[in-house]
Amino acid sequence: MKFAIMVNEGPYTHQATDSAYQFAKAAIAKGHEITRVFFYHDGVNNGTRLTVPPQDDRHIVNRWSEMAAQHNIDLVICIAAAQRRGLLDENEAKRQGKDANNIAPGFRISGLGQLVEAGIQSDRLVVFGD
Amino acid sequence: MSDDMDFEEDGTVKKFMFVNRKAPYGTIYALEGLEVVLISAAFDQDVSLAFLDDGVFQLVKGQKTEGIEMKNFSPTYRALEGYDIEKLYVERESLEARGLTEDDLLVDVQVMSAAEMGDMMAQQDVVISF
Repeated sequence: MKFAIMVNEGPYTHQATDSAYQFAKAAIAKGHEITRVFFYHDGVNNGTRLTVPPQDDRHIVNRWSEMAAQHNIDLVICIAAAQRRGLLDENEAKRQGKDANNIAPGFRISGLGQLVEAGIQSDRLVVFGD
Repeated sequence: MSDDMDFEEDGTVKKFMFVNRKAPYGTIYALEGLEVVLISAAFDQDVSLAFLDDGVFQLVKGQKTEGIEMKNFSPTYRALEGYDIEKLYVERESLEARGLTEDDLLVDVQVMSAAEMGDMMAQQDVVISF
């Protein structure tokens, strides 16, 4: 089955992103396909490469990046939500005249249309949030 | 299901329901949820909105937000008609628990019981809740 996932909460504060990751891992292990993970609301904070969690804790951002690389998963951060919260890739930083970017490997910034498209094209869209 | 198959060729039409559960201010869920709804209109899908729990407050007339320095985005619900989004469902129990009636709302809606709302949700292809 083709699954798309929506993550609506930020890392470490809320269980949603952990649950989404564990769901994706379990689905892949069962032979399903995760086509896209769409990050919205504070979920966009899953895509900053600047997090430095304690060494004995899980690294939520790196975990997503590694999963995406291994299983060819499209990690999409909503541009409107990202702009509010200071998530920028190189192009956006340039376009907005900002002096830095912070997007993690495997993530890309795009529009909300990507979420609707994921809902249309996948067999199930599973939402993880508050 | 046979209808779904017919649409696969030139563009799938799915039933999308956006479930609004949070008060309009206090958190960003309602505002960002509405942004998704507006984008979905561009995809020619069968879109409906459900309002339950504190989400019913999103539709209450006469919102005044100057005091909290937030934009009053409630007029946008009235504009949904222009996007061909006309299926607005409100849960009766949520209204009653908050001392509200249909007359307190700023748009025409269909009020239904929690059980009817459940049936409506069961008919959807994609349910995204905010």
